[in-house]
Amino acid sequence: MLEIKNLHAGIDDKNILNGINLSINAGEVHAIMGPNGSGKSTLSSVIAGNETYEVTEGDVLLDNKSLLELAPEERAHKGIFLSFQYPVEIPGVTTTNFIKTAINEKRKANGLEDLPAKDMLKLIREKSELLEMDRKFLSRSLNEGFSGGEKKRNEIFQMAMLEPKLAILDETDSGLDIDALKVVANGVNKLRSKDNAVVVITHYQRLLDYIVPDFVHVLHNGKIVKSGGKELALELEKKGYDWLK
Amino acid sequence: MDLKEKLVSSFLAFENKGGLDLDSNVHDIRLKAIQNFEDEGFPSKKDEEWRYTNLKPLLKHDFSLFPITNDAVGFKNIKDYLINEIESYTLIFIDGVFSSFLSDTTHDECDVCVISSALTRPKYKMVIDNYFNTIAKENNSLSDLNTAFTKEGAFINIPKNTIVPKPIQILNFSTGSEKEVMLQPRNLVVVGENSHVQIIERHQNLSKNTTLTNSVTEIFVHKRAIVDYYKIQNDTENSSLIDSTFVSQKMQSVASVHTYSFGGKMTRNNLEFYQEGEHITSNLNGISILNNKQHVDNHTLVNHKFPNCESHELYKGIYADKSTGVFNGKVIVQQAAQKTNAFQQNNNILIDNGATINAKPQLEIFADDVKCSHGCTIGQLDEDALFYMQSRGIPKNEAIALLLYAFGNDVVEKIKIPQLKSRISKLIAENLGVNLGFEL
Ligand SMILES: Nc1ncnc2c1ncn2[C@@H]1O[C@H](COP(=O)(O)OP(=O)(O)OP(=O)(O)O)[C@@H](O)[C@H]1O
Ligand SMILES: [Mg+2]
Repeated sequence: MLEIKNLHAGIDDKNILNGINLSINAGEVHAIMGPNGSGKSTLSSVIAGNETYEVTEGDVLLDNKSLLELAPEERAHKGIFLSFQYPVEIPGVTTTNFIKTAINEKRKANGLEDLPAKDMLKLIREKSELLEMDRKFLSRSLNEGFSGGEKKRNEIFQMAMLEPKLAILDETDSGLDIDALKVVANGVNKLRSKDNAVVVITHYQRLLDYIVPDFVHVLHNGKIVKSGGKELALELEKKGYDWLK
Repeated sequence: MDLKEKLVSSFLAFENKGGLDLDSNVHDIRLKAIQNFEDEGFPSKKDEEWRYTNLKPLLKHDFSLFPITNDAVGFKNIKDYLINEIESYTLIFIDGVFSSFLSDTTHDECDVCVISSALTRPKYKMVIDNYFNTIAKENNSLSDLNTAFTKEGAFINIPKNTIVPKPIQILNFSTGSEKEVMLQPRNLVVVGENSHVQIIERHQNLSKNTTLTNSVTEIFVHKRAIVDYYKIQNDTENSSLIDSTFVSQKMQSVASVHTYSFGGKMTRNNLEFYQEGEHITSNLNGISILNNKQHVDNHTLVNHKFPNCESHELYKGIYADKSTGVFNGKVIVQQAAQKTNAFQQNNNILIDNGATINAKPQLEIFADDVKCSHGCTIGQLDEDALFYMQSRGIPKNEAIALLLYAFGNDVVEKIKIPQLKSRISKLIAENLGVNLGFEL
C-alpha cells in the first residue's frame, strides 16, 4: 500500500532522512522506534506532506502512485492520517466544526455529498463514546487548553472519524495515563482491518502490548538500521539502542 | 479653489438657501463651527493624530457639496444593504436627503426621525439646546465642518424607561448622481434613564463614482441606559469615510460601539467615550479585514473621569495585499477615577509582505488604584496550524480562511442581534473569500 523508496529529506542544508526504504501492506501494523532526533517525526511529516522539509531524493508511493507532488490535504483525501506528536491548538474553531469540515472536505474530494447533519451527529456520538471522550471537549476550541493526554485522545477521535487508509501515530502514547492508553489503543484496534495499515511511532514497549505490531523498525540518523518482528521491541527495551549504532 | 475654500465660501449660501432658521442657537453654533474650520482647516500629516492617514489625495477631488438627489432609487436598489430579516425602524437617506418613502419612523414611544425637523421644531428645542454639538465640539476641525453644514441625519430620542422594541437602522446611500460627492450626515441619539436601544448604521455608495462622507454622531446615554451601536463599513473602493462618534455616559450605563470595516478606500474612525458618573461600562469592538490598497484608521479615546468604571476595547485586523491599518487607542484615567478597570487589546495579522499596521496604545493614568492592561500583537499566519489543518483534509485556502475567521470571531461573538451576527459572519466569509459550511 505504502512504498517508501530511498527517501532523502532535510531542511535548508541539513539532511535528516538519509535513504529510507520501507514497504507497508494493507492489514499490517508497523512500529518505528529509535532515539530522539533520529528522524521519526520528520518521516511522518514528509509522508503527510509538510512543505517545511525538502525531499532531495527518492519517492513515497501510495497504491503505486507518488504522493510527493500532492498537497497535504490531497494526501489526506487519499486516506493518509497523521496523529501529531504535538497537536496544534486552533483557537476559535470547535472540535465539532473542525471535524465536520474535515470529513466533508474529504467526501467532496472523493465525489460525495456532504454527510447529512443527522448522520454526522450520530458518527460523532459513536466515535466519542468509543474513545470515552467527555462531550464538553467537542464544543471547545480544538486542542486549546487541552492537557497533553486530552490532545492525544482527540487525535485518535479524529482518526476514528476519518477512517484513514494509512494512519501514522507519532508518539500517541506519550502523555496518556494507563487507562487512557488502553482506551486509545482500543480505538486504534477498532479501526484495523485487512484494508488499512497503521504505523506506530513510540519509545516504549507498553503501547505495543495493546497495538501489536507485525514489524518493528529502528531508525537511526535518518536510516532504518534494523527491522524485525515484535520481539525486537522487547529486545530494545532491555538493551537500548547502543548496540545498533 | 481648493476644497477648504470651496466649503468656507459656500457656507453663506448654504444657510440662506437651506431654509435654516437664522435666529436659533443652532445658527450661532454653525457660525462658530465654520470659523473654527476656517482657522484650522483639514488636518494634515504634520498633525500627530493624523500621522498615518493622509487626507491630501482625497481633498483634491472637486466634490459637489450639495448633490442633486436621485428620486428613482427604490426599495429594490437598497434592500441588500438592509438587515431585513428583522423588524426594525429605518432611516434612509439618499444623497443626504431623507426618504420618507423608504423609511419607517416613529413618534409613539420614542422619536426615531430626522434631525432636520428636530432642529426647527419648538417641541425639540430643549433636546437640541441640551445636547446638540455639546460633545462634538472639542477641537476637531472635521466635526466642526460637519457641524457647520448640519442639515440632515438621524434624530433618535428615547424617553426614560423605554425598551425600544426593535433595532433602528440608519442607512446613508450615495447614488452617484454626480461624479464626486461629499456628504455630511449628522446624527443625534439621546437615550433616557433605564432605556435600551440598538442601532445599526451603514454608509453605502450605489455607484462607481467617488464619495467622501464626513459623518458625526453624538450619543448620550443616561443613568442605567444601554446602547448598542453597530457600524457596518463595507463600502465600494471609491468611497471614503471619516466617522466621528462621541459617546457621553451617565452612571451605571453601558454603551457599546462595534465597528466592522471591510470595505471602502479610506476609513477613519474617531471614537470618543466620556464617562460622566460611576459604575459605567464602555465597550469598543472593531474588526478590519482589508485588501488591495485599502486603509482603515481606528482612533479611540476613553476618558475615565469617575471611580468604579470599566472599559473594554478589542480591535482586530487582518491585512492583505498593500492595505494599511492604524490603531491608536488612548485611555485616560483621571486622578479621581480610582478602581478603574480598563482593558485594551489590539491583535493584527499581516497576510502579505506589502501590508502594514501602525499600532499605538496610549495610556495616561493619573489614579493609583486601577487595573489597566493593554496588549498589542502583530503576527503572520501560524504555519504549524495550517499544516495541521491541511493534513486533516482542509484545503489550504480554506484553512487560511478558517484561521482568520476564527481569529476575528471573538469580536463577532459580541453582536447581540442574531440576524446581524450571521450577516456580519457572511460578510467576513465573503471578504476572506470562503464558503464556510457552518457558523462559528
Ligand atoms: N523544522 C526543523 N528545523 C530544524 N531542524 C529540524 C526541524 N525538524 C526536525 N529537525 C531536526 O531533525 C532531526 C530529527 O528530528 P525529528 O523530530 O524527526 O526526530 P524524532 O525522531 O521524531 O525525535 P523524538 O523522538 O525526540 O520525537 C533532529 O535533529 C531535529 O532537530
Ligand atoms: Mg518525534
